[in-house]
Amino acid sequence: MSTCSVSKGCFVFKPSPKKRRVSQKTDHDFRGRTDDSEDVKLRFATCQSLWNQMKLETEQVQEDLNKQLFDNLVSFLRRSHSESQEKATEWTCQMKTREIPTAALVLGVNVTDHDLTFRSLSEVLQNSVTPYIALLEAKDCPGIKNLMQKLIGQLMNCYVDVDSFEDEDYVQVSQNRIRCSMTSLINWYGSVTKKTDSETPSKKRTSSSRHWQSPPVVVVFKDMESFTTRVLQDFIVISSQHIHELPLVLIFGIATSPMIIHNLLPHSVSSLLCIELFQSLSCKEHLSTIIDKLLLTAHFPFKLGEKVLQVLINIFLYHDFSVQNFIKGFQLCIVEHFYSQPLSVLCCQLVDAKKRVNSLSHSQCENIRRLPSFRRYVESQVSEKQIALLTADGFLKEVIQKLLEDLHVYHANYMPVLRCLHIFTSSLPKYPLGKQIRELHCACLENRVWETEEYESSLQLARMLNKSDLVTMLQQCVEILMSSSGKEFDKTVEKLKEFLTQFQKLEGEAFQERDVSVSSQKELQKKTDLYHLQKSLLELKESRRSKKLTKFEVLRFELVDYIDSLVRNYLVPADHKTLHEIMYFNTASVLREHLNAAPRIALHTALNNPYCYLENQALKSDGGSISNKAPDICIVYKLHLECGRLINLSDWLEAFSTVVTGAEGPNADAASSDQVDDVIHLRNVMKTQEQELRSQGSSCKSFFYQDTGVTNSTVLHCRGGWTSWSEPQLSGKSLTSINSEPASVMANTTAMKKHPVLFLL
Amino acid sequence: MPNLEHPAYPAATLLQLESLVPCRESQVSMLLSIFGERQQFSFPSIFIYGHTSSGKTYVMKTLLNTLKLPHVFVNCVEYFTSRLLLEEILMQLQSCSETQQTSHVPCDNFSDFVRLFKQAVASRELQDQTVYIVLDRAEQLREMEANILPAFLRLQELTDRNVTVILLTEIVWELFRPITGCFEPLTLYFPDYSIAHLQKILSQNHPPEYSADFYAAYINILLGVFYMVCRDLKELQHLAVLNFSKYCEPVVRGEANERDTHKLWKNIEPHLKKAMQTVYLREISSSQWERLQHDNGEPGQLKGISAHTHVELPYYSKFLLIAAYLASYNPARTDKRFFLKHHGKIRKTNSMKKHEKTSSHLIGPKPFPLDRLLAILYSIVDNRVAPTANIFSQITSLVTLQLLSMVGHNDQLDGPRYKCTVSLDFIRAVARTVNFDIIKYLYDFL
Repeated sequence: MSTCSVSKGCFVFKPSPKKRRVSQKTDHDFRGRTDDSEDVKLRFATCQSLWNQMKLETEQVQEDLNKQLFDNLVSFLRRSHSESQEKATEWTCQMKTREIPTAALVLGVNVTDHDLTFRSLSEVLQNSVTPYIALLEAKDCPGIKNLMQKLIGQLMNCYVDVDSFEDEDYVQVSQNRIRCSMTSLINWYGSVTKKTDSETPSKKRTSSSRHWQSPPVVVVFKDMESFTTRVLQDFIVISSQHIHELPLVLIFGIATSPMIIHNLLPHSVSSLLCIELFQSLSCKEHLSTIIDKLLLTAHFPFKLGEKVLQVLINIFLYHDFSVQNFIKGFQLCIVEHFYSQPLSVLCCQLVDAKKRVNSLSHSQCENIRRLPSFRRYVESQVSEKQIALLTADGFLKEVIQKLLEDLHVYHANYMPVLRCLHIFTSSLPKYPLGKQIRELHCACLENRVWETEEYESSLQLARMLNKSDLVTMLQQCVEILMSSSGKEFDKTVEKLKEFLTQFQKLEGEAFQERDVSVSSQKELQKKTDLYHLQKSLLELKESRRSKKLTKFEVLRFELVDYIDSLVRNYLVPADHKTLHEIMYFNTASVLREHLNAAPRIALHTALNNPYCYLENQALKSDGGSISNKAPDICIVYKLHLECGRLINLSDWLEAFSTVVTGAEGPNADAASSDQVDDVIHLRNVMKTQEQELRSQGSSCKSFFYQDTGVTNSTVLHCRGGWTSWSEPQLSGKSLTSINSEPASVMANTTAMKKHPVLFLL
Repeated sequence: MPNLEHPAYPAATLLQLESLVPCRESQVSMLLSIFGERQQFSFPSIFIYGHTSSGKTYVMKTLLNTLKLPHVFVNCVEYFTSRLLLEEILMQLQSCSETQQTSHVPCDNFSDFVRLFKQAVASRELQDQTVYIVLDRAEQLREMEANILPAFLRLQELTDRNVTVILLTEIVWELFRPITGCFEPLTLYFPDYSIAHLQKILSQNHPPEYSADFYAAYINILLGVFYMVCRDLKELQHLAVLNFSKYCEPVVRGEANERDTHKLWKNIEPHLKKAMQTVYLREISSSQWERLQHDNGEPGQLKGISAHTHVELPYYSKFLLIAAYLASYNPARTDKRFFLKHHGKIRKTNSMKKHEKTSSHLIGPKPFPLDRLLAILYSIVDNRVAPTANIFSQITSLVTLQLLSMVGHNDQLDGPRYKCTVSLDFIRAVARTVNFDIIKYLYDFL
């Protein structure tokens, strides 16, 4: 069993419930917050179906992206042993040492994605090459013995899987007393292949036609880096001696660089391998495709706001490079959107949305009226219409249908124009608007892109593109616009085509007019750095004033202006659109809380402000005072924060008991409570100390006891760690995490395992 | 050249043996005289050592097989526990005598083995012959239980049967000898093959289509290129086969005849040099090499394994790695100077401990606590970094990627210590991608 926990410790695993009750429960949970007037069930159903569609899409993308790699691998595996079998009699094959065919599969550092890749790889191999696949992980194989056990176990099991039940007794017997050696593996392989040759019942025939006569045994080392050198070496040496009897193929899953093979294996061992390199697609490209397929399409009604998208992309680029995590985050956005926004019921295909608008309840209409974007819209209308919108539900619904239609049209137009603009900006030097289309998308979502400086400079650069580039770009743009569904583009396409023909016509005329400006134009293309470009731009400006523009230049100016007008028309940021709240998820803070948890800050908040997690009214503190209702550890923690470099243990104890007994008044029996306090307090001191030690990386003070022999006067040193000069400020609650499980945090802080780490000086 | 002579074996067999083991005649005759006649008791244990591919295993196998001596041959790497090893020996003993089906006999310890061994030998008609047990890669025996090696050395005495144990290994006997002492085996050294030996052995197996002289000339050229870097017979053999088709090319095309050595040499030499840099180092695999040859492509177009050194890392992972590198190679007390704004100047010569004067890049990375890593990280990243769970999990990922390594035991929950294991070139490449001038922050380069 493994955990996804970031910390180390003991974990309790409860057996997972067999039945799936999740789907029934969730729509109940959706309802939890509000009553059913807000179409909870419908929202839940919409959410589910939308997510299922998107999931299918992502899986499809994954499959397509891996296809090339897997095809190469499959052909490698087929080739690997067939060659030697075919011409076993030739002189070269007799003399050559048989090397173990090995595929080094470089997968990139996004380790979390590898599991999925390996799973689909083994599926592909099982379907097309061989049923005998073993996947090994380093943590299961600390020694060669464990490795062999794991390998043999997996191979024998897969044997059962393939040939179903008829041979089960055979396997059962052998598995109990199997010897974990290569010989038993060879015997097993011999018996398995012989059986498929001789018997060939109908079921087996299908399998043997897919695989061929003696299929190779594929051993996959999932995380090559983590294997110990010794284990790998031994395994390779052993299997190289039996390569004639057991057609073994190794696949090394490599996260960093293939150099690791040379680092791990000495020459004497690596010379036993016949290593071929396979590189998977980089995760960044993978992400681009996913974004392209999920976000930059009018196909799905759900959209991400600029901030949310930025958070997701930042987590990807800054932290993990994991596409899986990106998709998980995306899923979270969908769920959160449908959960928190009652109007998300309208976040579906236009036809359905129109139908749903008609059946909206009154409270939902009120929700719409409350939307900021809708209010802006209302304010812009004439007064009679305003009243009608705010009072008559029927009229409101009509308007909403129209607005929704507008929004859909906007999306349908936005994407192609965005792509066109990207074609222009992505070929400019230094990429003022970003190289990737997602950056351009973010810029367009953020605010009016044409008001930004980057846009200005990119237009200027675009005015200096040469003709052949312009022509190819225009052609691409025409293709994009033609293939898009938006009907408004007929005119645009015609206009662009006109530009195209004009440019092509110029070619003939250009011979006469090719003068200074053209040659200077050519010079421009050679120089790529911005400084030179700007300089020559200024020069050009000068000359432009004095000289008449050539035909080409005039045309180019016209074209750029036309593109500019397109951008101004269609790339309006989404939050300027009425009713965008229905489709756009924009609460980035929620996402950040969930995906980018800060354990130390959460801990600090929990101790400093227990109300935040416990939500007990009594704990609601006002400012700096320390409430005696708070859990003991919180009181002790707060008191320790008030102290400077040193804490006198007895003072601390005194302060603690004052706080605790403060509210109870002097008439309580002080004598008995004092004694209890001592014990409680000492326990708390220990806990606080553990907290400090646990929040590693903090500069929080580390404690050193100075035992003077007299318990009363024990002095606790509270030393500022040397790292305090660089401690980032704790930013309070803004980054709290684990909000969903308030109880667990407190449980964690109070019921931690005893692990006293005291330094006695 | 000493011809093999032994009264116990027919001359024809000996002659055949001699042809099979070129350049090892003296060792074989030595072994034959130690073995004596079939029924004679031989020396209890023989220890044979010599470099990689000096023919130990091959000679032993050929000797035992050609003379049809009863023997057991096991590789100690393959049978990695004593139990597996002992059981394998018993299995092979059973299968030597074709009388009965081999069955699995459980054998947990050496006294069981001795008992079962006696049974196995007694059940066979070969009681009056010496049984040879050859343990290849015998250095592995040292890793097993302490009694295994001494017991094997005295097997003859323990079983009271006619048995000889032969240990084959690449290391010397001194490294085997247990502290408690044991029976001293007879040691025998197999010297490396000389270049003449290699030439002779390699030329022996010429392809049937070509004459022996032609192939010998080829081997001569091959050795001229590769002898400097590689004396491994197996590897040379492999390389010879791989490149032979290229050597023959002019002959096949009819541009040169078999005697035109100079032309052939000109043709093959650059090719072999390329092979030395690529296929010999396993930068590209031999099958890829063959395909290249077949298509007449340039090896340059195929990038070797070492060419792919670039590792793409997430942004903060890069900084974490840089921070770890700085923490590993800078003395802790210089951190103030590098990362604080108002630092005093540090003079490198005065008031410095002796070990700090030597370059820490020569000594290697030093372990550092997590606190220090994060402190450096916070000060080298421009914008503020929240200490989120993602940052901590990235440290763990770096450990699994073997870019950092954890010092001390895994169980230590608080204050874990790490070491940075990447090279200076690597970290410079990483730092360049984030525009961080790492040299400026390294104490060694001040």
